[in-house]
Amino acid sequence: MNSPTPGPQPVPHEAPPHSQRPVWRVTPSRLVAGLLLAALALVPVIAAAIGEPFYVTLFTRVVIFALAAVGLNLILGYGALVSFGHAMYIGIGAYAVGILAHHGVSNGWTQLAAALAVGAAVAVIIGLVCLRTSGMAFIMITLAFAQMFYFLCISLKQYGGDDGLTINARSDFGLFSLTSNTVLYYFAFILLIACLVVFQQLVHSRFGMVLRGCRSNERRMAALGFPTLRYKLTAYVISALVCVVAGALLANLAKFAAPSYMAWQASGDLIVMVVLGGMGTIVGPVAGAVALLIFEEILAGWTTHWMIVLGPMIVLIVLTAKKGLYGYLVDRDARRMASGGPGA
Amino acid sequence: MTLLAVSGLTKRFGGLTATDGVDLTVEAGEVHAVIGPNGAGKTTLINQLSGELVPDAGTIGLNGRDITAEPVYRRALMGLGRSYQITSVFPEFSVLINVVLAAQAHSGHSFSFWRPVAVDTALTDRATSALTQAGLSAKADVSVSALAHGERRQLEIAMTLATQPQLLLLDEPMAGMSLAESERLVRLLASFKDRYGILLVEHDMDAVFKLADRISVLVYGRVIACGDPTAIRANPDVRAAYLGDQDLVA
Repeated sequence: MNSPTPGPQPVPHEAPPHSQRPVWRVTPSRLVAGLLLAALALVPVIAAAIGEPFYVTLFTRVVIFALAAVGLNLILGYGALVSFGHAMYIGIGAYAVGILAHHGVSNGWTQLAAALAVGAAVAVIIGLVCLRTSGMAFIMITLAFAQMFYFLCISLKQYGGDDGLTINARSDFGLFSLTSNTVLYYFAFILLIACLVVFQQLVHSRFGMVLRGCRSNERRMAALGFPTLRYKLTAYVISALVCVVAGALLANLAKFAAPSYMAWQASGDLIVMVVLGGMGTIVGPVAGAVALLIFEEILAGWTTHWMIVLGPMIVLIVLTAKKGLYGYLVDRDARRMASGGPGA
Repeated sequence: MTLLAVSGLTKRFGGLTATDGVDLTVEAGEVHAVIGPNGAGKTTLINQLSGELVPDAGTIGLNGRDITAEPVYRRALMGLGRSYQITSVFPEFSVLINVVLAAQAHSGHSFSFWRPVAVDTALTDRATSALTQAGLSAKADVSVSALAHGERRQLEIAMTLATQPQLLLLDEPMAGMSLAESERLVRLLASFKDRYGILLVEHDMDAVFKLADRISVLVYGRVIACGDPTAIRANPDVRAAYLGDQDLVA
């Protein structure tokens, strides 16, 4: 730490009157976040310009998983609650769209409302059970619930069972329909941006401070007078609902809902995205999702044994940039800010 | 007025009775110190009072209300403020934000998702005043990791004060402090006397005899003596059981 060592020399100046809002500066992490999001905003334009419409589909997938990873990061990064079952909520979102479409309901608002209602109900019940545990037990119990839903969906023979459920028409939101790939892309992208903006505010709000306090010392939070369970449960439900929305988008993209969406590997992928990008940073999971899915795409085109290359690469990145690709930048900026502050 | 009334409090861990029928009261404006050798059950007692441990028998009353079955957070909201033996602050936040968080716990619910806490002047004002009371206002904007050990203990107390308690449960607040630091803390705690009732668990005998109005001596989970400092100093049981051959205060 670069704090002045307490010694005989007198402190040369009074503590500055604490400014309520620090001056906003362009830092490397903010620059990278801005460039990343700007690049994502331009994907359909660039894809059209170079005549590769496939990129829109690829990046729609990236944006959807980025949204899900941002959702998971709320509890994983800011609450230290490692859910190994968040793919279940992607599945709930996808099956809500799939099952309603199967019965001829293609109105997007109805589908989304149903998905969120079911997702919220499931998240409250499962959250109440899981949040009574912590650490390894929490990881295992969330995994167990996700596996239950996985096998439940396999057993739904009338909705395709093991094979999954084909969706004939994408969601129709009245004002716009997701039939066009570009519309679907921008719909997903705008939802991602909205989620980032809301979470950016949330983590500094009263609610966010309670969540972050529980991350570092829940016992102390209770002793201060916070009923911690209800705040953690709320965070769990919000995080789950973001994944539900991602699932509804994924069903639209693939025109398909399959049990594999909620397989444990999918939950693991979400955790990797968050850790790779930087847990406990707002934009980190987006960077993680982009990095993981793009690497995967490039390597899969190169060799069928792409996992042999991707695995060590992830290990290497996590070992060198301990806080993740984006988290590393945020951390560096924070250290610079601290050393540029009073006393330096 | 009796703030805290404990009667017949008992806690067993297997065959070990860590708290054995303890009766204890803290009056408003009183410092009641609990002393005892290592393993006497002092922290176990505090943990039952704060609600982190559930007693096997006995009752705890705060301001005439039975709180034996209340969870930790509700006891805190009822005016029971606790500080920890091992400093228990939030290292990722600044000093001010640590205290803001404590103040926030006692200003309604926290289901507010948009407005940043740092610009909520109602909270920052209360936090600043608690920091001033604890003598730490000059360090408000410093990161907790830059604080000296004694300052962290002061922060711990500022956080407890920001919860607007009526009764302070202080678990070895002087632990690990230098002589100068602990003298400063004694003066600080002495200045709290008329505003809060204090239950003080402490090893530093100088501090205890300077501050306490009453002292209870805990040995193997039982209160073997309770009285004012002079009576405790003279009590032969206390000398035998607790201090052996040594003088109580040098």
